[in-house]
Amino acid sequence: MERTDTAAGAGVVMSMREAVASFVHDGATVSLEGFTHLVPTAAGHEIIRQGRRDLTVVRMTADIVVDQMIAAGCVSRLVSSFVGNSSAGSLGELRRRIERADPAPLAFEEYSHYGMVCRYLAGAQRLPFYPLRSYGGSDLPGVNSDLRTVTSPYPGPDGEPERIYVVPPVNPDVTIVHAQRADRRGNTQLWGLTGVQAEAVYAADKAIVVVEEVVADAVVRSDPNRTLIPAHAVDAVVVCPRGAHPSFAQGYYDRDNAFYRAWSHISKDPERLREWLREWVYGTEDHAAYVDKLGEEFWAGLAVGEALSEPVDYGRRL
Amino acid sequence: MTTTPPDTGTTAPGTSVTSSELLSVVASRELAARRAVFAGIGLPTLATELARLTVAPEIEVVYESGVCGAHPSHLPETIADAVLISGAEAVLSMPALFGYVLQGGHIDVGFLGAAQIDRWGNLNTSVIGDWERPEVRLPGSGGAVEVMAGSREVFVVMRRHNPRSFTEFLDFCTTPGPDRALAEGIRPRGAGVTRVITELGVLAREGVGDQLRLVATHPGVTVDQVRAATGWELAVTDRVATVPPPTAAELRLLREDVDPGRVYLR
Repeated sequence: MERTDTAAGAGVVMSMREAVASFVHDGATVSLEGFTHLVPTAAGHEIIRQGRRDLTVVRMTADIVVDQMIAAGCVSRLVSSFVGNSSAGSLGELRRRIERADPAPLAFEEYSHYGMVCRYLAGAQRLPFYPLRSYGGSDLPGVNSDLRTVTSPYPGPDGEPERIYVVPPVNPDVTIVHAQRADRRGNTQLWGLTGVQAEAVYAADKAIVVVEEVVADAVVRSDPNRTLIPAHAVDAVVVCPRGAHPSFAQGYYDRDNAFYRAWSHISKDPERLREWLREWVYGTEDHAAYVDKLGEEFWAGLAVGEALSEPVDYGRRL
Repeated sequence: MTTTPPDTGTTAPGTSVTSSELLSVVASRELAARRAVFAGIGLPTLATELARLTVAPEIEVVYESGVCGAHPSHLPETIADAVLISGAEAVLSMPALFGYVLQGGHIDVGFLGAAQIDRWGNLNTSVIGDWERPEVRLPGSGGAVEVMAGSREVFVVMRRHNPRSFTEFLDFCTTPGPDRALAEGIRPRGAGVTRVITELGVLAREGVGDQLRLVATHPGVTVDQVRAATGWELAVTDRVATVPPPTAAELRLLREDVDPGRVYLR
């Protein structure tokens, strides 16, 4: 798939509603990344509000936001390497779909974490496949026919050509990631756990970057090594403070562990889950309304203290 | 389960030891002289932190989230807890963590858990029942396939030791040991599972071609009890040792320094 960059070769600041309406279409393959940190929850909720259907969702750690999107009827296929509610329990909707096709089946492509990483690496580089030293002897290739082997054209340590498993590239129609900050063109800076976000963005045809804040160009340019996603790979910049809740944004707010634990109970009961979606997703106009509804006292409980890095000196020519 | 070891004089008198404490202490001792340890959250966190204070002061804990050399201010609640990042020695991207650190061969011991294990140390974390329409859909591999394929050896901590978990035939092999890889003509790197620590004792395995055998039981546990709790015909070493009960010093460190809030010591 060829990348179809916007004319300017950089992102445009827009609302979440506009970004989802412009780039997330029914039947699309959508990657949502963020390895337990910076999970793009607010984007998932907007996809639910806009009633998208028949999506293929690609996400290493399919967690609460994926369970919610499945429950809302947005997802027909899931590509993932971990389908659990972090270490806090189960995803009720996902389990009902896979275990009993209740209320509808869910197609599931199962990988391991590095298998998913390699799919993004191949996708980002437009390679036909990516090799990895996993899966030999696993039952996974028996249920996922995209896990295949090739024989290396080069001799291995024992002089013989070796067989190795490969995974195919993934090129999502759109990748959505959350980050701490970006400039107005989409030069995106993230820190803490950086996961596979840059690879997922480069693998995609279109990319939406959701940020806690847009900062002045000078802020980004004072520390260019922290820009993990350059503007040329970004199509939309969405400003959405606290958009990663219940996950966290390093240095901005902490993880809502109580909600992770609560989700196992909420999602276990389909009626309670639907009621939760009615109140917190369909019942809020946008993420700002969701944030307001939670209330300042709630957010004070997730506040974090300061732990500044020592500035580095990039130097300048005299 | 609560195990009360006999009063041998080495355990704090009148102190009952919980299953979490017992497993953490035994796992920590197995980490003596090991350096780079890949650990998840829960019992492995307790074992690695206790090992740092006792038998392995040079230990470097690597988390699946990409954190290397964490120095957390509080006991982490998840592998991605913000306290693991602030003050850590390094935080790596997923391609670097899985590609360079694990696949590149930098991990001495990887900790894994499982719903089912067989005699060769193959693991199931995907499903109970049939994969297409399972009785229970479990979370799946995460990075377990890579931890097994890339680590020099793997320790498994299992809270429950019963025939359903210690099974002759896995419902599904998510994470294969090296024997299964070799049978398919794929060259494995590490030894696979070398230790399984349970509420009943310790099973050990040397590496390729070897199967798990019972090497030690906890005080008061008989070999027959372990055989009955294991779903295959369990190999037993010639002289089965008795696991020395947790010492007063180990328990004090675990309860007062490692997990004073009893996050995992349930």
